[in-house]
Amino acid sequence: MRSDRAPLGLKIAAGAGLAFMHLPIVLIFVYAFTTEDKSYQWPPPGLTTKWLAVTWNRPDVWEALSLSLRVAAISTAIALVLGTLCAAAVSRTKFFGREAISLMVILPIALPGIITGISLRSAFNLADIPFSFWTIVLGHATFCVVVVYNNAVARFRRTSGSLIEASMDLGADGFQTFRHVILPNISTALLAGGMLAFALSFDEVIVTTFTAGQQQTLPIWMLEELVRPRERPVTNVVAMMVALVTLLPILGAYYLTRGTDTVAGQGK
Amino acid sequence: MKTAAVRFKGVSRHYGPVRAVDEVDLSIAEGEFFAMLGPSGSGKTTCLRLIAGFDQPTAGEVTIFGEDAGGVPPYKRHVNTVFQDYALFPHMNVLDNVAYGLMIAGMPKAERHKQAEGALELVALPGFGARKPSELSGGQRQRVALARALINEPRVLLLDEPLGALDLKLREQMQQELKDLQRKLGITFIFVTHDQGEALSMADRVAVFNDGKIVQVGKPEDVYYRPEVPFVADFVGSSNVLPPHVVEKIAGNWTHASVRPEAVSLVDAGLGVDGLHATVHSTAFLGTATRVSLDLDGFSMVALLPKGTRIPETGEQVHVKWSPEDLHLMDTA
Repeated sequence: MRSDRAPLGLKIAAGAGLAFMHLPIVLIFVYAFTTEDKSYQWPPPGLTTKWLAVTWNRPDVWEALSLSLRVAAISTAIALVLGTLCAAAVSRTKFFGREAISLMVILPIALPGIITGISLRSAFNLADIPFSFWTIVLGHATFCVVVVYNNAVARFRRTSGSLIEASMDLGADGFQTFRHVILPNISTALLAGGMLAFALSFDEVIVTTFTAGQQQTLPIWMLEELVRPRERPVTNVVAMMVALVTLLPILGAYYLTRGTDTVAGQGK
Repeated sequence: MKTAAVRFKGVSRHYGPVRAVDEVDLSIAEGEFFAMLGPSGSGKTTCLRLIAGFDQPTAGEVTIFGEDAGGVPPYKRHVNTVFQDYALFPHMNVLDNVAYGLMIAGMPKAERHKQAEGALELVALPGFGARKPSELSGGQRQRVALARALINEPRVLLLDEPLGALDLKLREQMQQELKDLQRKLGITFIFVTHDQGEALSMADRVAVFNDGKIVQVGKPEDVYYRPEVPFVADFVGSSNVLPPHVVEKIAGNWTHASVRPEAVSLVDAGLGVDGLHATVHSTAFLGTATRVSLDLDGFSMVALLPKGTRIPETGEQVHVKWSPEDLHLMDTA
């Protein structure tokens, strides 16, 4: 196929597709600075930055943001530990039911969130666990583990097993080997997985709806605001923040894993 | 008698029904250059892993300098390994790779780097410390792996097919260097290979493995010229192992016999071994000699004819002959 020059029609179609995906986001950003707060009027009658200050002074925004950050941080931490351990077990050893376990770990991200949410909710009810911060964390951890696991398992597969043996052979015990050889080799994969997990958790709505009690994470708060708006552009300011907070880690993860296709122990 | 550097007493390593190593007895002297030779899957690498401590025997006892190694983890053994894939740490530069063992032992940075420089000089790679393993050629990585193992002053150095990934010319050069290095350092080298030429040219003694057992241990000349079983004759010397019905005809009550390809000559009718008729199957010119594959009463045989002899045509009927002293007789099954 000739690929040096695309026909004009295709270029326009591609541009239109990209615009369709990204223009609405730009609209959200623009409305964060509008002077008019009753209806979304286009074009905005004037621009102002006063909504940034208004948002800053709204305690409900701060509460929701803080809850979201804490939930994302703790579910990511849980996911890092469990996902790495699971990846190590699946890629380093052979045991009965290994493939089944691998599938069961990945399943939560393939299942619709609503299924995960409903099943967790009924499980919590059955076990008489009151909905709290920790039930949200558990709900998020189910899919955060998958992201970390996927990243770690890919890196483990590319890391030669003889590196670990070499380290042991040179006098390092299990802990020293983990610290000096395993961790440096999987660190970028863990960082990437952790960032993705954090971003996923930060803007998660469906599972959170089912596992949260009275608390509102930031995305849930936004949903409420759309239904019962006060000072509409505040929602837009928050949306802008969420977009930035989730975009940066995802970009970071992309750059971290991009150049590392050929790593670790391809020592031939 | 001095304590053996490594001794196996009835050592077995079974993986379920698979007998990777089966009741091996072995004694390797201090300062010896010892080769474990055998086809893949014959148990030689498993034996090496038992010495290094990566694997534990299911039965029997491995002793290293008289001490039972049972349950001793790899990091507590005075044994170092050069891995087949070199296993250099990709996230460290060459100097830190070489200094790894010293770093783990707690030696300060300046001192261990100085020693690592020295070790790199020993393997003829001075000044390569700042490079990453990915920037080195196969032969250079091999040398770094060697320096990384030797810097810990092991009492036994294990080498797992260390030359397997190198091209022919480099391999021959490294064979010589390894041998010189071993003489210079006086450390016991245990070397695993499937290449009989490599084992014979480098080692003081060779153990030939087949199906998890050692079938013969001895000096290279013994293994090459005086194989005790047909497998050794075939695998080590590429000898012609004669089948029982032929042996019976020419040597009476022995069960097996072998004859080396270069000892076989082709002669006129009436001068050859009685009752052996051969057909030329194919010929191959090797430079200094020509290899002739023969079909001899239903089994194949190889003759290596020196330059200057008449080379028969494919399909030609010939007669084979060898001196009685070139016929090596074995009485094991």
